[in-house]
Amino acid sequence: MSQVYDYIEMKIPAKPEFIGVIRLTLSGIGSRMGFAYEEIEDLKIATSEACTNAVQHAYKDSEKGEVKVSFGLYPDRLEVMVSDSGKSCNFEEVRQGLGPYENGQKVELMREGGLGLYLIETLMDDVKIHQHDGVTVFMTKFLEGEQVEMDAKTVST
Amino acid sequence: MNITVDVNELNTEFIVKLKGEIDAYTAPKLRESLFPISERENVKIIIDLTEVSYMDSTGLGVFVGAFKSVRANNGEFTLVGLSERLRRLFDITGLADIIDIKSSTEGGLE
Repeated sequence: MSQVYDYIEMKIPAKPEFIGVIRLTLSGIGSRMGFAYEEIEDLKIATSEACTNAVQHAYKDSEKGEVKVSFGLYPDRLEVMVSDSGKSCNFEEVRQGLGPYENGQKVELMREGGLGLYLIETLMDDVKIHQHDGVTVFMTKFLEGEQVEMDAKTVST
Repeated sequence: MNITVDVNELNTEFIVKLKGEIDAYTAPKLRESLFPISERENVKIIIDLTEVSYMDSTGLGVFVGAFKSVRANNGEFTLVGLSERLRRLFDITGLADIIDIKSSTEGGLE
């Protein structure tokens, strides 16, 4: 399926202080595309989580490294891709034991991290993770109503 | 894109006002400010998030850590002044059922 879309790509040093720069860019892209305030906030959190993972896990040993963030702007959706080329941790391993906290859980046993991927999956409409030399997180958020409309079309045919 | 941590001490009660963004960059600073306080015996910490404009899982991690430490030292830990946005983060992660949270509409600090 080929479709005309606008493409924006950024590279930031793999340092936490630049994740905020990605959020600022995302605010601009999101409002340009007509996303609602709440949706832009969701996009900002999900994308920041992916960048945080890349910055924190991928470049543990060396200080140098880059995180690439690309945005595909379609009429009905925004695709965000966050990739690093560092030596990454095993994502499947990280995935296990993820998820919300449970009420009644012993306080001293509560995890202090590992919510990032759970938030990405909760806040975005579609998430794919590829692991090759590094890790690429591929996330899609549909403009409000677009996904419903697509589903409706499927039903009517 | 930074954070300011303003700590006010009243007897054994600490009121911590946060202003700015909590992310991977600012979370370490927040952790450094909160942890020494959280380790005091019977401490009561009230954290005011009214002026926090952005927060993600790095912030949740810091609060969970501080909460655990406060509880281990028989203290009380409360978050106040949460916007709907912030409240939602605690709801979807299940933390709202575990940590004492007061939204901005429930009356934060004076």
